[in-house]
Amino acid sequence: MRVVIAEDSVLLRAGLTQVLASRGIEVVAAVADPDALLHAVERLQPDLALVDVRMPPTFTDEGVRAAGLLKRRRPETAVLLLSQYVEERYAADLLVAYTGGLGYLLKDRVADVDEFVEAVRRVAAGGTALDPEVVAQLLARRRTSPMRRLTPRETEVLAAMAEGRSNSAIASALAIGAHSVEKHVNSIFAKLGLVPADTDHRRVLAVLHYLENGGRA
Amino acid sequence: MIEDEPARRRGLWTATVHVVTGLPVALLGVALLLPPLVVVPVSAGPLRGVLARRTAAQRQRFAALLNVAIPEVGGAAALRRQAAFHLLAVPFGAAAFAVVVGSASTGLGLLFAAGQRPVFAVSGVGLLVVAAVAVRWLVRLDALLARRLLGPNATEALNARLRELTRARTEAVAAADGERRRIERDLHDGTQQRLVSLAMTLGLLRTEVPDGPARDLVEQAHRQAKATLAELRDFVRGLHPAVLNDRGLDAALSGLVAGAPQPVQLRVDVARRCPPVIEAIAYFVVSEALTNVARHARAERVEVAVVRDADRLRLTVIDDGVGGAADRPGGGLRGLAQRVGSVDGALRIESPTGGPTLVEVELPCGS
Repeated sequence: MRVVIAEDSVLLRAGLTQVLASRGIEVVAAVADPDALLHAVERLQPDLALVDVRMPPTFTDEGVRAAGLLKRRRPETAVLLLSQYVEERYAADLLVAYTGGLGYLLKDRVADVDEFVEAVRRVAAGGTALDPEVVAQLLARRRTSPMRRLTPRETEVLAAMAEGRSNSAIASALAIGAHSVEKHVNSIFAKLGLVPADTDHRRVLAVLHYLENGGRA
Repeated sequence: MIEDEPARRRGLWTATVHVVTGLPVALLGVALLLPPLVVVPVSAGPLRGVLARRTAAQRQRFAALLNVAIPEVGGAAALRRQAAFHLLAVPFGAAAFAVVVGSASTGLGLLFAAGQRPVFAVSGVGLLVVAAVAVRWLVRLDALLARRLLGPNATEALNARLRELTRARTEAVAAADGERRRIERDLHDGTQQRLVSLAMTLGLLRTEVPDGPARDLVEQAHRQAKATLAELRDFVRGLHPAVLNDRGLDAALSGLVAGAPQPVQLRVDVARRCPPVIEAIAYFVVSEALTNVARHARAERVEVAVVRDADRLRLTVIDDGVGGAADRPGGGLRGLAQRVGSVDGALRIESPTGGPTLVEVELPCGS
């Protein structure tokens, strides 16, 4: 797998490169600002861009904007955003527009190397990886609409889905059986009025529903 | 106002120059004031212009010759007083000129003509002394008149002071706000990055060390680094979240609300954004109120509403907890009251024992 890193801190650029290299992921470029990132992606066509949210020139949401641009120009590139704080608004903005190949994690998560690398691989493969903190924020805003009818357990399952986990991963995370995860997922689909079709598609719709409600309640 | 004694601080000669030049300066002033008075209506611009220039000239004269500072002042009442001074300066200057020049020249004349007549000599010296004493008193009187008529009266001086203090306070509030942003930036760019890097290295090390006591210690260090990082993140976000600048109160508050231990219903209705300082204070108010609820209220649910109503920003935080919240010295609500007060906002707390608690804040939001 080939990765481009955009991060303005020299220290973290080196650290991220080291972490990825230790797990056999090739870092083809490590740049310090959004323009260099877009340029590197055009030129090197990586599988994934690992992007810091706060970069020059304004140090606010450059990474989020760059991620949007990148997804529009080259949708097949997966983007994993990293930040010192996660903001549900950024997540909602991006995830409402692009569902696949997108992640948003706290920088802290890199410290758990194996889980982080797993998230990188998941996003590169077209999945999602949302930080539990983002999910908590999205949940905090979601107090209306069909979402309200979900049981606390179903809400947990949906939150795990939004983080990008598979049914078996959800089962082990919540310490419940795979069968009951399936039951919860189907109940979520029913309550949100998602008709039986392709399961993956319904999964994305459920997460979107959840994000739209969370982001714009 | 402190009454100093200008003629003593400056020499007798400069004081004399001041008194003697009073008449020509006053005559020139009236001569310049007359055309606009006669040609155009009194309230018109040209008259104001001439008045302002004459007042400035007199202010400079008093400062240069007598070391008397006359503060600047505007407004219709002040202009009328200044016009009165310029008119009064003519008879005053003429009288002063007559007394001082008259007595001094007569005195000198008597001295020259004295010869063998001691009466003349004594009278001459006496008249010179009279001239000197007259200069002292005339200068004091002139300075008093100038201060009263050219400078601000008590109300105007207080108003000017109030404006000055308001400006200084606005600057202090903005400076404190800027300082919080700077600290946030510094911690984000420095300490936080280093800690992340440390936690990453420990994370890599953890997977390299075989099971045993060393591995346990690495695990421990790894956990500690992550806990420190989480703690620092909460603190830094509380200082001034970057998303507040970038996306406004709604986005910043939804992140804040998510961290609260009890469910919070958030409603933000702010069509046009408020100035950054006001947004920062609004964010702080909700942050403090939620911290208070978490610490003391034992609430089941909280409602936060932020609504912009014309040029007011209204914030309400209601919880169904135990009540009894009050603004105590050193308490969280005191800090909140201080920051709200720093921009002329209003704070109201209703918290009967047994609850519910209502914290209501109004901030000016003119932009």
